[in-house]
Amino acid sequence: MNLSYLFDAAHWSLTDDGSIPQLILSHVWYVVLALIIGTIIALPVGLYIGHTGRGSFLAINAGNAGRSLPTLGLLMLMVTLLGLGLTPVLIALTVLVIPPILTSAYAGMRTLDHRVVDAARGMGMRPSQVLFKVELPMALPVMMSGFRSAALQVVATATVAAAVGLNGLGRLLIDGLAVNDYSRVLAGAIVVAVLAVVLDLILALAQRWIVSPGLR
Amino acid sequence: MSTYLSNNWETILTALRQHIWLALVPVVIGFVVALPIGYLGVRFPWLYHPLVNTCGVLYSIPSLALFVFLPVVLGTKILSPLNIVVALTIYTVALLARTVADGLRSVDALVVQSATAMGYRRLRRLIDVELPVALPVILAGLRVATVSNISLVSVGALIGVGGLGQLFTRGFQLFYTQPIIVGIVLSVALAGICDLAIVGLQRLVTPWTRYQRGAA
Repeated sequence: MNLSYLFDAAHWSLTDDGSIPQLILSHVWYVVLALIIGTIIALPVGLYIGHTGRGSFLAINAGNAGRSLPTLGLLMLMVTLLGLGLTPVLIALTVLVIPPILTSAYAGMRTLDHRVVDAARGMGMRPSQVLFKVELPMALPVMMSGFRSAALQVVATATVAAAVGLNGLGRLLIDGLAVNDYSRVLAGAIVVAVLAVVLDLILALAQRWIVSPGLR
Repeated sequence: MSTYLSNNWETILTALRQHIWLALVPVVIGFVVALPIGYLGVRFPWLYHPLVNTCGVLYSIPSLALFVFLPVVLGTKILSPLNIVVALTIYTVALLARTVADGLRSVDALVVQSATAMGYRRLRRLIDVELPVALPVILAGLRVATVSNISLVSVGALIGVGGLGQLFTRGFQLFYTQPIIVGIVLSVALAGICDLAIVGLQRLVTPWTRYQRGAA
Protein backbone atom coordinates (compact mmCIF):
# COMPACT_ATOMS: atom_id res chain seq x y z
CA MET A 1 0.00 0.00 0.00
CA ASN A 2 1.80 3.02 -1.27
CA LEU A 3 0.01 6.27 -0.43
CA SER A 4 2.74 8.60 -1.65
CA TYR A 5 0.75 9.90 -4.64
CA LEU A 6 -2.29 10.67 -2.54
CA PHE A 7 -0.35 12.52 0.15
CA ASP A 8 1.98 14.44 -2.13
CA ALA A 9 1.04 18.12 -1.76
CA ALA A 10 2.05 18.74 -5.39
CA HIS A 11 -0.95 16.69 -6.53
CA TRP A 12 -3.38 18.81 -4.51
CA SER A 13 -2.73 22.16 -6.17
CA LEU A 14 -6.01 23.89 -6.94
CA THR A 15 -4.83 25.43 -10.19
CA ASP A 16 -2.78 22.69 -11.95
CA ASP A 17 -4.54 20.78 -14.70
CA GLY A 18 -4.89 17.15 -13.69
CA SER A 19 -4.39 17.79 -9.97
CA ILE A 20 -6.62 15.78 -7.64
CA PRO A 21 -8.96 18.71 -6.77
CA GLN A 22 -9.42 19.48 -10.47
CA LEU A 23 -10.18 15.84 -11.23
CA ILE A 24 -12.65 15.69 -8.32
CA LEU A 25 -14.32 18.79 -9.72
CA SER A 26 -14.71 17.35 -13.22
CA HIS A 27 -15.82 14.00 -11.77
CA VAL A 28 -18.50 15.67 -9.64
CA TRP A 29 -19.53 17.73 -12.66
CA TYR A 30 -20.24 14.60 -14.76
CA VAL A 31 -22.05 12.98 -11.83
CA VAL A 32 -24.25 15.99 -11.10
CA LEU A 33 -25.11 16.57 -14.76
CA ALA A 34 -26.03 12.92 -15.28
CA LEU A 35 -28.16 12.90 -12.13
CA ILE A 36 -29.98 16.10 -13.09
CA ILE A 37 -30.70 15.00 -16.67
CA GLY A 38 -31.61 11.49 -15.49
CA THR A 39 -34.00 12.85 -12.86
CA ILE A 40 -35.66 15.23 -15.33
CA ILE A 41 -36.33 12.29 -17.65
CA ALA A 42 -37.04 9.45 -15.20
CA LEU A 43 -38.90 11.13 -12.34
CA PRO A 44 -42.01 12.34 -14.26
CA VAL A 45 -42.29 9.00 -16.08
CA GLY A 46 -41.95 7.00 -12.84
CA LEU A 47 -44.45 9.23 -11.04
CA TYR A 48 -46.92 9.01 -13.91
CA ILE A 49 -46.71 5.22 -14.08
CA GLY A 50 -46.95 4.92 -10.30
CA HIS A 51 -49.86 7.36 -10.09
CA THR A 52 -51.92 5.86 -12.89
CA GLY A 53 -50.72 2.26 -12.75
CA ARG A 54 -50.40 2.30 -16.55
CA GLY A 55 -47.16 0.85 -17.91
CA SER A 56 -46.13 -0.90 -14.67
CA PHE A 57 -44.42 -3.58 -16.73
CA LEU A 58 -42.06 -0.96 -18.13
CA ALA A 59 -41.24 0.47 -14.70
CA ILE A 60 -40.57 -2.91 -13.10
CA ASN A 61 -38.35 -4.13 -15.90
CA ALA A 62 -36.53 -0.87 -16.54
CA GLY A 63 -34.37 -1.57 -13.50
CA ASN A 64 -33.04 -4.89 -14.64
CA ALA A 65 -32.77 -3.92 -18.29
CA GLY A 66 -30.76 -0.84 -17.36
CA ARG A 67 -28.41 -2.77 -15.11
CA SER A 68 -27.65 -5.22 -17.88
CA LEU A 69 -26.54 -2.51 -20.33
CA PRO A 70 -22.74 -2.36 -20.15
CA THR A 71 -21.89 1.32 -19.61
CA LEU A 72 -18.43 0.96 -21.13
CA GLY A 73 -19.91 -0.48 -24.33
CA LEU A 74 -22.57 2.20 -24.53
CA LEU A 75 -19.96 4.90 -23.93
CA MET A 76 -17.66 3.59 -26.65
CA LEU A 77 -20.58 3.18 -29.06
CA MET A 78 -21.62 6.77 -28.43
CA VAL A 79 -18.07 8.00 -28.97
CA THR A 80 -17.78 6.17 -32.29
CA LEU A 81 -21.13 7.61 -33.36
CA LEU A 82 -20.84 11.16 -32.00
CA GLY A 83 -17.10 11.73 -31.65
CA LEU A 84 -15.15 12.57 -28.51
CA GLY A 85 -16.57 15.01 -26.00
CA LEU A 86 -18.83 15.43 -23.01
CA THR A 87 -22.07 14.40 -24.79
CA PRO A 88 -21.30 10.66 -25.21
CA VAL A 89 -20.19 10.43 -21.58
CA LEU A 90 -23.35 12.17 -20.38
CA ILE A 91 -25.56 9.91 -22.51
CA ALA A 92 -23.91 6.76 -21.12
CA LEU A 93 -24.08 7.96 -17.49
CA THR A 94 -27.65 9.23 -17.84
CA VAL A 95 -28.78 5.87 -19.21
CA LEU A 96 -27.18 4.38 -16.09
CA VAL A 97 -29.09 6.57 -13.61
CA ILE A 98 -32.52 6.49 -15.27
CA PRO A 99 -33.54 2.92 -14.25
CA PRO A 100 -33.03 3.22 -10.46
CA ILE A 101 -34.71 6.65 -10.35
CA LEU A 102 -37.64 5.51 -12.50
CA THR A 103 -38.14 2.24 -10.66
CA SER A 104 -37.99 3.83 -7.20
CA ALA A 105 -40.34 6.67 -8.17
CA TYR A 106 -42.76 4.01 -9.36
CA ALA A 107 -42.26 1.84 -6.26
CA GLY A 108 -42.67 4.85 -3.96
CA MET A 109 -46.00 5.72 -5.54
CA ARG A 110 -47.21 2.10 -5.59
CA THR A 111 -46.38 1.20 -2.00
CA LEU A 112 -48.34 4.13 -0.56
CA ASP A 113 -51.05 3.36 1.93
CA HIS A 114 -54.17 3.62 -0.22
CA ARG A 115 -56.32 4.56 2.74
CA VAL A 116 -54.36 7.80 3.04
CA VAL A 117 -54.93 8.62 -0.62
CA ASP A 118 -58.63 7.77 -0.23
CA ALA A 119 -58.82 9.99 2.85
CA ALA A 120 -57.20 12.86 0.93
CA ARG A 121 -59.75 12.45 -1.87
CA GLY A 122 -62.55 12.21 0.70
CA MET A 123 -61.40 15.51 2.17
CA GLY A 124 -62.06 17.05 -1.22
CA MET A 125 -58.50 17.45 -2.48
CA ARG A 126 -58.13 17.88 -6.22
CA PRO A 127 -56.05 15.23 -8.09
CA SER A 128 -53.11 17.65 -8.32
CA GLN A 129 -53.32 18.33 -4.58
CA VAL A 130 -53.46 14.59 -3.85
CA LEU A 131 -50.36 14.12 -5.98
CA PHE A 132 -48.28 17.01 -4.63
CA LYS A 133 -49.44 17.21 -1.02
CA VAL A 134 -50.02 13.54 -0.18
CA GLU A 135 -48.59 11.03 -2.63
CA LEU A 136 -45.29 12.75 -3.41
CA PRO A 137 -44.28 13.51 0.20
CA MET A 138 -45.17 9.97 1.24
CA ALA A 139 -43.29 8.40 -1.67
CA LEU A 140 -40.18 10.49 -0.96
CA PRO A 141 -38.27 8.06 1.30
CA VAL A 142 -38.42 5.25 -1.29
CA MET A 143 -37.63 7.68 -4.11
CA MET A 144 -34.63 9.04 -2.22
CA SER A 145 -33.21 5.58 -1.67
CA GLY A 146 -33.39 4.95 -5.43
CA PHE A 147 -31.75 8.31 -6.08
CA ARG A 148 -28.99 7.53 -3.60
CA SER A 149 -28.20 4.19 -5.19
CA ALA A 150 -28.19 5.90 -8.61
CA ALA A 151 -25.74 8.47 -7.24
CA LEU A 152 -23.43 5.79 -5.80
CA GLN A 153 -23.41 3.89 -9.08
CA VAL A 154 -22.70 6.92 -11.20
CA VAL A 155 -19.86 8.12 -8.93
CA ALA A 156 -18.12 4.76 -9.35
CA THR A 157 -18.91 4.46 -13.05
CA ALA A 158 -17.97 8.00 -14.06
CA THR A 159 -14.37 6.74 -13.90
CA VAL A 160 -14.83 5.16 -17.34
CA ALA A 161 -15.00 8.66 -18.84
CA ALA A 162 -11.20 8.63 -18.68
CA ALA A 163 -11.14 5.61 -21.00
CA VAL A 164 -12.33 7.84 -23.83
CA GLY A 165 -9.97 10.69 -23.02
CA LEU A 166 -12.09 12.80 -20.71
CA ASN A 167 -11.19 13.88 -17.17
CA GLY A 168 -12.68 12.81 -13.86
CA LEU A 169 -11.01 10.61 -11.27
CA GLY A 170 -10.70 7.79 -13.81
CA ARG A 171 -7.66 9.69 -15.11
CA LEU A 172 -5.72 8.60 -12.01
CA LEU A 173 -6.67 4.97 -12.70
CA ILE A 174 -6.06 4.92 -16.46
CA ASP A 175 -2.90 7.05 -16.43
CA GLY A 176 -1.57 5.28 -13.36
CA LEU A 177 -2.09 1.95 -15.08
CA ALA A 178 -0.49 3.18 -18.31
CA VAL A 179 2.78 4.08 -16.53
CA ASN A 180 2.57 1.30 -13.88
CA ASP A 181 2.21 3.86 -11.10
CA TYR A 182 0.13 1.92 -8.60
CA SER A 183 0.37 4.65 -6.01
CA ARG A 184 -1.60 6.85 -8.41
CA VAL A 185 -4.17 4.09 -9.04
CA LEU A 186 -4.63 3.64 -5.32
CA ALA A 187 -5.06 7.39 -4.87
CA GLY A 188 -7.80 7.34 -7.53
CA ALA A 189 -9.59 4.39 -5.93
CA ILE A 190 -9.50 5.94 -2.46
CA VAL A 191 -10.67 9.38 -3.60
CA VAL A 192 -13.59 7.86 -5.55
CA ALA A 193 -14.66 5.72 -2.60
CA VAL A 194 -14.43 8.70 -0.22
CA LEU A 195 -16.35 10.85 -2.70
CA ALA A 196 -19.09 8.21 -2.87
CA VAL A 197 -19.38 8.05 0.92
CA VAL A 198 -19.43 11.86 1.26
CA LEU A 199 -22.07 12.20 -1.47
CA ASP A 200 -24.22 9.55 0.19
CA LEU A 201 -23.91 11.37 3.53
CA ILE A 202 -24.98 14.65 1.92
CA LEU A 203 -27.96 12.94 0.31
CA ALA A 204 -28.85 11.24 3.61
CA LEU A 205 -28.86 14.67 5.30
CA ALA A 206 -30.95 16.10 2.46
CA GLN A 207 -33.36 13.22 2.92
CA ARG A 208 -33.76 13.98 6.64
CA TRP A 209 -34.40 17.57 5.73
CA ILE A 210 -36.99 17.10 2.97
CA VAL A 211 -38.87 14.06 4.27
CA SER A 212 -41.80 15.03 6.45
CA PRO A 213 -41.14 14.37 10.19
CA GLY A 214 -44.42 12.45 10.33
CA LEU A 215 -42.95 9.74 8.09
CA ARG A 216 -39.83 9.00 10.13
CA MET B 1 -23.08 -6.56 -40.05
CA SER B 2 -23.35 -10.08 -41.47
CA THR B 3 -19.84 -9.91 -42.96
CA TYR B 4 -18.49 -8.79 -39.61
CA LEU B 5 -20.24 -11.67 -37.88
CA SER B 6 -19.15 -14.32 -40.39
CA ASN B 7 -15.54 -13.10 -40.38
CA ASN B 8 -15.25 -12.86 -36.62
CA TRP B 9 -17.57 -15.42 -35.12
CA GLU B 10 -14.71 -17.33 -33.55
CA THR B 11 -13.40 -14.25 -31.74
CA ILE B 12 -16.93 -13.40 -30.68
CA LEU B 13 -17.62 -16.87 -29.32
CA THR B 14 -14.34 -16.94 -27.39
CA ALA B 15 -15.16 -13.54 -25.90
CA LEU B 16 -18.66 -14.72 -25.00
CA ARG B 17 -17.36 -17.90 -23.36
CA GLN B 18 -14.82 -15.92 -21.33
CA HIS B 19 -17.53 -13.43 -20.41
CA ILE B 20 -19.86 -16.15 -19.07
CA TRP B 21 -17.07 -17.71 -17.05
CA LEU B 22 -15.79 -14.40 -15.63
CA ALA B 23 -19.28 -13.26 -14.64
CA LEU B 24 -20.80 -16.42 -13.22
CA VAL B 25 -17.96 -17.98 -11.21
CA PRO B 26 -17.95 -14.92 -8.88
CA VAL B 27 -21.72 -15.22 -8.47
CA VAL B 28 -21.38 -18.79 -7.21
CA ILE B 29 -18.41 -18.11 -4.91
CA GLY B 30 -19.92 -14.83 -3.71
CA PHE B 31 -23.23 -16.49 -2.87
CA VAL B 32 -21.52 -19.20 -0.82
CA VAL B 33 -19.42 -16.62 1.05
CA ALA B 34 -22.31 -14.19 1.59
CA LEU B 35 -24.61 -16.73 3.26
CA PRO B 36 -22.65 -17.11 6.53
CA ILE B 37 -21.71 -13.39 6.59
CA GLY B 38 -25.33 -12.34 6.17
CA TYR B 39 -26.36 -14.83 8.85
CA LEU B 40 -23.83 -13.33 11.29
CA GLY B 41 -25.44 -9.93 10.69
CA VAL B 42 -28.74 -11.38 11.91
CA ARG B 43 -27.42 -13.63 14.67
CA PHE B 44 -25.56 -10.70 16.23
CA PRO B 45 -27.80 -7.64 15.71
CA TRP B 46 -25.03 -5.18 16.67
CA LEU B 47 -23.14 -6.42 13.58
CA TYR B 48 -25.95 -5.50 11.18
CA HIS B 49 -25.21 -1.80 10.69
CA PRO B 50 -21.43 -2.14 10.41
CA LEU B 51 -22.08 -4.92 7.90
CA VAL B 52 -24.43 -2.81 5.79
CA ASN B 53 -22.04 0.15 5.83
CA THR B 54 -18.98 -1.95 4.92
CA CYS B 55 -20.93 -3.48 2.05
CA GLY B 56 -21.93 -0.02 0.86
CA VAL B 57 -18.33 1.23 0.86
CA LEU B 58 -17.03 -1.92 -0.88
CA TYR B 59 -19.68 -1.50 -3.54
CA SER B 60 -18.69 2.10 -4.20
CA ILE B 61 -15.09 1.21 -5.14
CA PRO B 62 -14.98 1.65 -8.90
CA SER B 63 -14.60 -1.70 -10.66
CA LEU B 64 -11.77 -0.33 -12.77
CA ALA B 65 -9.82 0.59 -9.64
CA LEU B 66 -10.35 -2.84 -8.15
CA PHE B 67 -9.34 -4.62 -11.36
CA VAL B 68 -6.15 -2.59 -11.53
CA PHE B 69 -5.36 -2.78 -7.88
CA LEU B 70 -5.92 -6.43 -7.06
CA PRO B 71 -2.75 -7.64 -8.83
CA VAL B 72 -0.76 -5.55 -6.34
CA VAL B 73 -2.56 -7.09 -3.36
CA LEU B 74 -2.79 -10.66 -4.66
CA GLY B 75 0.54 -10.77 -6.45
CA THR B 76 -1.19 -11.94 -9.64
CA LYS B 77 -0.26 -10.81 -13.15
CA ILE B 78 -2.18 -7.78 -14.38
CA LEU B 79 -3.60 -9.83 -17.28
CA SER B 80 -4.72 -12.69 -15.05
CA PRO B 81 -8.48 -13.35 -15.18
CA LEU B 82 -8.22 -14.08 -11.46
CA ASN B 83 -8.25 -10.32 -10.77
CA ILE B 84 -11.64 -9.95 -12.43
CA VAL B 85 -13.00 -13.01 -10.63
CA VAL B 86 -11.85 -11.80 -7.21
CA ALA B 87 -13.09 -8.24 -7.83
CA LEU B 88 -16.53 -9.39 -8.93
CA THR B 89 -16.67 -11.83 -6.02
CA ILE B 90 -16.11 -8.90 -3.67
CA TYR B 91 -18.99 -6.99 -5.28
CA THR B 92 -21.22 -10.06 -5.15
CA VAL B 93 -20.50 -10.60 -1.46
CA ALA B 94 -21.06 -6.89 -0.73
CA LEU B 95 -24.45 -7.06 -2.43
CA LEU B 96 -25.61 -10.46 -1.22
CA ALA B 97 -24.44 -10.35 2.42
CA ARG B 98 -26.81 -7.47 2.95
CA THR B 99 -29.63 -9.18 1.05
CA VAL B 100 -29.17 -12.40 3.02
CA ALA B 101 -29.30 -10.45 6.29
CA ASP B 102 -32.38 -8.50 5.15
CA GLY B 103 -34.03 -11.70 3.93
CA LEU B 104 -33.46 -13.51 7.22
CA ARG B 105 -34.65 -10.48 9.17
CA SER B 106 -37.83 -10.41 7.11
CA VAL B 107 -38.83 -13.88 8.31
CA ASP B 108 -41.97 -13.57 10.44
CA ALA B 109 -41.05 -13.96 14.13
CA LEU B 110 -44.15 -16.14 14.61
CA VAL B 111 -42.79 -18.61 12.04
CA VAL B 112 -39.48 -18.80 13.87
CA GLN B 113 -41.23 -19.26 17.22
CA SER B 114 -43.46 -22.02 15.83
CA ALA B 115 -40.41 -23.83 14.51
CA THR B 116 -38.69 -23.48 17.88
CA ALA B 117 -41.81 -24.76 19.62
CA MET B 118 -41.83 -27.77 17.29
CA GLY B 119 -38.36 -28.63 18.57
CA TYR B 120 -36.11 -27.23 15.84
CA ARG B 121 -32.58 -26.44 17.03
CA ARG B 122 -30.94 -23.28 15.79
CA LEU B 123 -29.04 -24.74 12.81
CA ARG B 124 -31.84 -27.01 11.61
CA ARG B 125 -34.32 -24.18 12.00
CA LEU B 126 -32.06 -21.92 9.94
CA ILE B 127 -31.68 -24.44 7.12
CA ASP B 128 -35.19 -25.91 7.09
CA VAL B 129 -37.32 -22.90 7.96
CA GLU B 130 -35.65 -19.49 7.92
CA LEU B 131 -33.57 -19.84 4.74
CA PRO B 132 -36.44 -21.17 2.59
CA VAL B 133 -38.77 -18.43 3.81
CA ALA B 134 -36.07 -15.81 3.10
CA LEU B 135 -35.33 -17.24 -0.36
CA PRO B 136 -37.49 -14.85 -2.43
CA VAL B 137 -35.58 -11.86 -1.00
CA ILE B 138 -32.20 -13.60 -1.35
CA LEU B 139 -32.88 -14.68 -4.93
CA ALA B 140 -33.98 -11.15 -5.83
CA GLY B 141 -30.53 -10.03 -4.65
CA LEU B 142 -28.93 -12.83 -6.63
CA ARG B 143 -30.64 -11.54 -9.78
CA VAL B 144 -29.23 -8.06 -9.22
CA ALA B 145 -25.75 -9.44 -8.53
CA THR B 146 -25.77 -11.70 -11.59
CA VAL B 147 -27.01 -9.04 -13.99
CA SER B 148 -24.63 -6.36 -12.73
CA ASN B 149 -21.68 -8.79 -12.79
CA ILE B 150 -22.39 -9.56 -16.44
CA SER B 151 -22.34 -5.88 -17.28
CA LEU B 152 -19.25 -5.16 -15.10
CA VAL B 153 -17.04 -7.85 -16.69
CA SER B 154 -16.67 -5.71 -19.80
CA VAL B 155 -14.88 -2.97 -17.81
CA GLY B 156 -12.07 -5.53 -17.48
CA ALA B 157 -11.35 -4.97 -21.18
CA LEU B 158 -9.59 -1.73 -20.16
CA ILE B 159 -6.93 -3.90 -18.50
CA GLY B 160 -7.00 -6.52 -21.26
CA VAL B 161 -9.30 -9.23 -19.85
CA GLY B 162 -12.93 -8.47 -20.35
CA GLY B 163 -14.84 -11.07 -22.34
CA LEU B 164 -17.23 -9.16 -24.58
CA GLY B 165 -15.69 -5.91 -23.37
CA GLN B 166 -12.78 -6.64 -25.71
CA LEU B 167 -15.20 -6.12 -28.60
CA PHE B 168 -15.91 -2.65 -27.17
CA THR B 169 -12.27 -1.63 -26.92
CA ARG B 170 -11.50 -3.05 -30.36
CA GLY B 171 -14.40 -1.16 -31.92
CA PHE B 172 -13.42 1.99 -30.07
CA GLN B 173 -9.79 1.81 -31.24
CA LEU B 174 -10.86 1.28 -34.86
CA PHE B 175 -13.81 3.70 -34.60
CA TYR B 176 -15.98 0.88 -35.88
CA THR B 177 -19.44 0.38 -34.38
CA GLN B 178 -20.21 -3.23 -35.34
CA PRO B 179 -18.13 -5.09 -32.73
CA ILE B 180 -19.46 -2.71 -30.06
CA ILE B 181 -23.07 -3.34 -31.04
CA VAL B 182 -22.51 -7.12 -31.15
CA GLY B 183 -20.88 -6.96 -27.70
CA ILE B 184 -23.70 -4.92 -26.19
CA VAL B 185 -26.42 -7.14 -27.68
CA LEU B 186 -24.73 -10.35 -26.50
CA SER B 187 -24.06 -8.93 -23.04
CA VAL B 188 -27.65 -7.78 -22.58
CA ALA B 189 -29.00 -11.07 -23.96
CA LEU B 190 -26.76 -13.06 -21.61
CA ALA B 191 -27.96 -11.00 -18.66
CA GLY B 192 -31.58 -11.51 -19.71
CA ILE B 193 -31.16 -15.28 -20.01
CA CYS B 194 -29.44 -15.60 -16.62
CA ASP B 195 -32.10 -13.38 -15.03
CA LEU B 196 -34.87 -15.55 -16.45
CA ALA B 197 -33.06 -18.68 -15.29
CA ILE B 198 -32.99 -17.40 -11.70
CA VAL B 199 -36.67 -16.44 -11.90
CA GLY B 200 -37.40 -19.99 -13.10
CA LEU B 201 -35.31 -21.42 -10.27
CA GLN B 202 -37.20 -19.27 -7.80
CA ARG B 203 -40.58 -20.55 -9.04
CA LEU B 204 -39.23 -24.06 -8.72
CA VAL B 205 -37.84 -23.80 -5.18
CA THR B 206 -40.47 -21.51 -3.62
CA PRO B 207 -43.77 -22.93 -4.90
CA TRP B 208 -45.66 -21.55 -1.88
CA THR B 209 -45.20 -17.93 -3.02
CA ARG B 210 -47.42 -18.75 -6.02
CA TYR B 211 -50.14 -20.35 -3.92
CA GLN B 212 -50.18 -17.35 -1.59
CA ARG B 213 -50.61 -14.97 -4.47
CA GLY B 214 -53.34 -17.21 -5.88
CA ALA B 215 -55.18 -17.23 -2.57
CA ALA B 216 -55.00 -13.50 -1.98
